Amino acid sequence: MTPHDYDYLRALLRKRSGLVLSAEKHYLVESRLLPVARKASLAGLPELVQKLKSPGSDALAIEVTEAMTTNESFFFRDKIPFDHFRNTIMPALIAARADGRRIRIWCAACATGQEPYSLAMALKEMGGAISTRRVEIVATDLSSDVLEKALAGIYSQFEVQRGLPIQLLVRYFTQVGEMWQIAPEIRAMVKFRQLNLLEKFSHLGIFDVVFCRNVLIYFDQETKIGVLNRLAEVVAADGYLSLGAAETVVGLTPVFKPIPELRGIFSPAQTTVPNTSANVVDLAGVRTAAVAGANR
Amino acid sequence: MKTCLVVDDSSVIRKVARRILEGLEFQIIEAEDGEQALGACEKLMPDAILLDWNMPKMDGYDFLRALRRLPGGDRPKVVFCTTENDVAHIARALHAGANEYIMKPFDKEIVEAKFQEVGLI
Ligand SMILES: C[S@@+](CC[C@H](N)C(=O)[O-])C[C@H]1O[C@@H](n2cnc3c(N)ncnc32)[C@H](O)[C@@H]1O
Repeated sequence: MTPHDYDYLRALLRKRSGLVLSAEKHYLVESRLLPVARKASLAGLPELVQKLKSPGSDALAIEVTEAMTTNESFFFRDKIPFDHFRNTIMPALIAARADGRRIRIWCAACATGQEPYSLAMALKEMGGAISTRRVEIVATDLSSDVLEKALAGIYSQFEVQRGLPIQLLVRYFTQVGEMWQIAPEIRAMVKFRQLNLLEKFSHLGIFDVVFCRNVLIYFDQETKIGVLNRLAEVVAADGYLSLGAAETVVGLTPVFKPIPELRGIFSPAQTTVPNTSANVVDLAGVRTAAVAGANR
Repeated sequence: MKTCLVVDDSSVIRKVARRILEGLEFQIIEAEDGEQALGACEKLMPDAILLDWNMPKMDGYDFLRALRRLPGGDRPKVVFCTTENDVAHIARALHAGANEYIMKPFDKEIVEAKFQEVGLI
């Protein structure tokens, strides 16, 4: 692959998913994209780039983008955000929505589903505190592959042992051969949709809780700021944003502020940032070939 | 330093577990079966027990039931670590007083996650 080809791929990935690759990530690109090239009956990466440059290569560009995403996730990842969710966030929201209004939760980069399912199980475990019918969980991701896996809700023995308490495994999973499948009652609590965070998402409506964890970390500063500013527009004034352990708003944008006693959780500040639509990347048409099957 | 009793009839598994748990700053005591393990607990009650199920003399399940009846035997966090990977076994273990359950094969991440889960680290 020539430096030119590499730069072309970097630019394409940045535009389509926000992923920033440093100049020395050749090996990563090669190991992830060679299989994509082979699948498309192309000899190697130069041929792949050639093909991407020709018209009508949208489906291939989507495959390339998805192949480059990092999809690792765990149940109850980092534990603390889920403790905050159960012990502080939900009780506060239940009190604030005592009129019976629905509580809406969004997992904005849900990968293979562990995060939204963890929230769903946490809600179920709250028992009488809230009827799960009053809560809506929307889970989105850029990648149709991970959404398919999320929707199936089937996990390996390794996956169910990283962060999932054994009591919850027994209560909410059934064994299917070597694998474990999440219970239909939990699955039914989550609506999966395909969505690129670089594109508009205001049509999803207003949310009380947004989990946007371990995805901003792949973006450059400008893209992070753009996404955070637009997130501020869909989080309720008394709502919450949860970021990954290595992510923050501090030094990026004033639209959210850290909640000192809730590490990793942020609340909307009462400021507005003008002209956030300028941050939306124009990918008109790119997503019309969206996954069938991810939506239901 | 917290102590962890590793109970397994396989010396290989004990070695692997020792390496992982020493990395997590535990002091390790080993036992080859439930009987030895019970003896060790009567001498010194550990903070944690990593427990195999199938062992000669006394198996993990019988050991756990006996342990929980000993004075102070409710204190150690017991994490099963076994090839008995089905819901029926897991449910029995929990009923007998296990705190967590690892299905073999396991790795460092799983041990760490489970020990975290029960508040040992
Ligand atoms: C490391 S996973 C994080 C999963 C989960 N939130 C967690 O913390 O465990 C990152 C996910 O972000 C998704 N992603 C990457 N770029 C995206 C974008 N522009 N829009 C939406 N999702 C994106 C990837 O497909 C991947 O599934």
